[in-house]
Amino acid sequence: MQGTSKGITPSQTVGPYFKYGLTPNGEYAWNDAFTNNLVTSDTSGERIRVEGKVFDGDGAVVPDCMLEIWQADAQGRFSDPQDKRALPNSSFRGFGRCGTDAEGGYFFDTIKPGIVPDPDGKPQAPHLLLAVFARGMLLHLYTRIYFDGEAANASDPVLALVPPDRRSTLIAARNGGAGNAVYSLDIHLQGDNETVFFEV
Amino acid sequence: MTLAYPISSLKAHPARLSPDYRSTIKRSPQKPLVIMRHTLSELTGPVYGHETVREHDRDLTIQHKSEPLGERIIVHGHVLDEDGRGVPNALVELWQANACGRYIHAVDQHPAPLDPNFTGAGRTQSDATGYYNFITIKPGAYPWGNHHNAWRPAHIHFSVFGHSFVSRLVTQMYFPGDPLFAFDPIFNSVTDEKARARMISSFDLENTRPEWALCYRFNIVLRGTNATPMETK
Repeated sequence: MQGTSKGITPSQTVGPYFKYGLTPNGEYAWNDAFTNNLVTSDTSGERIRVEGKVFDGDGAVVPDCMLEIWQADAQGRFSDPQDKRALPNSSFRGFGRCGTDAEGGYFFDTIKPGIVPDPDGKPQAPHLLLAVFARGMLLHLYTRIYFDGEAANASDPVLALVPPDRRSTLIAARNGGAGNAVYSLDIHLQGDNETVFFEV
Repeated sequence: MTLAYPISSLKAHPARLSPDYRSTIKRSPQKPLVIMRHTLSELTGPVYGHETVREHDRDLTIQHKSEPLGERIIVHGHVLDEDGRGVPNALVELWQANACGRYIHAVDQHPAPLDPNFTGAGRTQSDATGYYNFITIKPGAYPWGNHHNAWRPAHIHFSVFGHSFVSRLVTQMYFPGDPLFAFDPIFNSVTDEKARARMISSFDLENTRPEWALCYRFNIVLRGTNATPMETK
């Protein structure tokens, strides 16, 4: 039993059956605490969709994956009082959750975040934090989604830690077309194109 | 107070590649993770409004016309940081199988009955001291396809948000004395015995409600420790 040993509670897999509790999306008699649409009516900033698919080490799609994103608003501020700078002036929360579909697909409708400083005050390029949960994953993985075409990518202090030949796994491609910008990035849990994950 | 999230705390977690749990083999990265300093992005996390949790979401036995079948239980405890401080306003979500060991999820085909009075999902928010509680029924054990005659010990899935995005935790709460512990590769993916014990709830007679429900205590310890180093002179 729990006892008094020091240390955090260990992680366990989210398992295959989380959907009715965490991402019911109208399919079960339970409501969603969060959705994949982060945009509120008073949110300022460039509205974007970020989409892609999740693959395992065999290149098979992962249909039972949960993705969560956390991001700053368009001014680069977080909807959290721990961010001591000026508070965001909208109801934008900056957190979203999406279960992958039968083809391993996901998308988030959100806004492109602003510039967030690193611990030395150096600007980080616009990015989303992404947490990946699935059956077969005993501990979730953290990665980041950057945006193709951002000049700030070249000097981003976190991208600089990543071997150059692997940086593309973190940078969402901008797709053409009318309307809101759509960025796409696939997540590869393993394999030749394995996504860069961070030990944070 | 600013919390720090030392990487060393992560050693309590299972290895992502734990081959006895077969599904980890193709779903764990093979390249080293990139170590980085925490920035404001990692050190902040979502804050929830009260609209996220409805009043009755913490009682899984009153979500339908009648009460679910099974052994009614109270599950309660504190969400704590690594220094033992309560984490206030932490969102705690849970989901579980019914008393027969069957999930309502469409993919679960275990030939045990569904219960029309049980969905198996709940959520709550810890109070100012980090305390939370749920009322539910004790879930059953169930078979799975990992290996011959594989059965999961009875468990309740928990999803918890702490002070930052890097204190996020998804885990499973087990029940004391389960005979299936020794045979379960998910439970045993946590190789340290003391860490494993932190996933097992304690039977709580003191808070068991006479004539009504047994009680189990499950404290959840999230990453986060005082950032100010102690003087060591």
